[in-house]
Amino acid sequence: MEERLRRTMMFVPGNNAGMVRDAGIYGADSIMFDLEDAVSLAEKDSARMLVYQALQTQDYGDAELVVRINGNDTKYFHDDVFAMVKAGIDVIRLPKVESAEMMQDLVKVIEEAEKKFGREPGSTHVMAAIESARGVLKSLEIAESTDRMIGLALSAEDYTTDLKTKRYVDGVELEFARNMILNAARAAGIAAFDTVFTKVDDMDGFKKETEHIYKLGFDGKSIINPRQIDVVNKIYEPTRAEIENALDVEAALEEAHRKNSGVIALNGQMVDRPVALRAQRVIRLAKASNLINEEGDFIEE
Amino acid sequence: MKIEKTALAGTVESSDIQFTLSASDNGIQIDLDSPVKDLYGKQIIQVIEDTLKAYNIESVKVKAIDKGALDCVIKARLVTAIQRSLGMDEPNWEVL
Repeated sequence: MEERLRRTMMFVPGNNAGMVRDAGIYGADSIMFDLEDAVSLAEKDSARMLVYQALQTQDYGDAELVVRINGNDTKYFHDDVFAMVKAGIDVIRLPKVESAEMMQDLVKVIEEAEKKFGREPGSTHVMAAIESARGVLKSLEIAESTDRMIGLALSAEDYTTDLKTKRYVDGVELEFARNMILNAARAAGIAAFDTVFTKVDDMDGFKKETEHIYKLGFDGKSIINPRQIDVVNKIYEPTRAEIENALDVEAALEEAHRKNSGVIALNGQMVDRPVALRAQRVIRLAKASNLINEEGDFIEE
Repeated sequence: MKIEKTALAGTVESSDIQFTLSASDNGIQIDLDSPVKDLYGKQIIQVIEDTLKAYNIESVKVKAIDKGALDCVIKARLVTAIQRSLGMDEPNWEVL
């Protein structure tokens, strides 16, 4: 699976023409058009068609395009999948996932749609939203349910209700779910997305929560307001020392490759695979943060 | 094909367009209300006519209240109104 940055996944209500039009201008790594909770039952057909038409014509730049469809148990599910596959969406996000079978059922419908509309088999990826205690406990089997999986996302509102608690500022009620989902995602080699922070005006609270999930190891955070993007990107920005070290590692790898040498050393220490992978991620983050250019030179302010 | 059942789709929020389709006794009649009618009226009506044609609709009264919608929004809202009027359960994949 292609490794890419997913620091921010921005929710866009699928029936809002202005927001669907403008979604690409804020620089979110992933844009998630919502056909589920943000759309009333009477407007499901309308939102589906709006997102479908926008995907055909609008330029969303390099952003990964995701759509949250309605669940397998709704009458909207089939048409949502068909329309989004036909439109060439990158990722379909299934809500309230509690088993590997739910993802496999989704994949069957995707396969049918890819065949019908002549899209490349396997080109539509999927991700799962974990929103219940059962979902959390099954997160590894969900993460490994299909090779189309790109990630797991925690959805905290439903989850905390299921746990018979609510959201607290310190997030203590989410620790188990966050760690389960993160470890399941890492074991399966896919991304982990943290839940939304709904108090849009509490930027301090948002910053603290994002710092916390960054330390845990999450790829990024689901966001509901474009103002939250810069805060997340700043937290994920590597330091100058981290970047310099990563560039040294990369240079050492290239040098070893040129000499056809299997053992790679940097400053007298061995560079093993985790060190190399971490360096690659730091360099990707540094480029995305406009700290270094494509050649690896620092961009001075 | 004739539109017989009245149907509505879209909103009057900024960047959107609202369509009301109803039965016509005189082919296709389009009534467009738009703040950019002088500049883009022709283009908007063209999108409406092309979309009606794709669905083989020859008789309909179209009331459109535009709030600065892009072509893709115009098409999306009109297709939704057509599908609602015709009572189509599944989108017409061949036309889309």
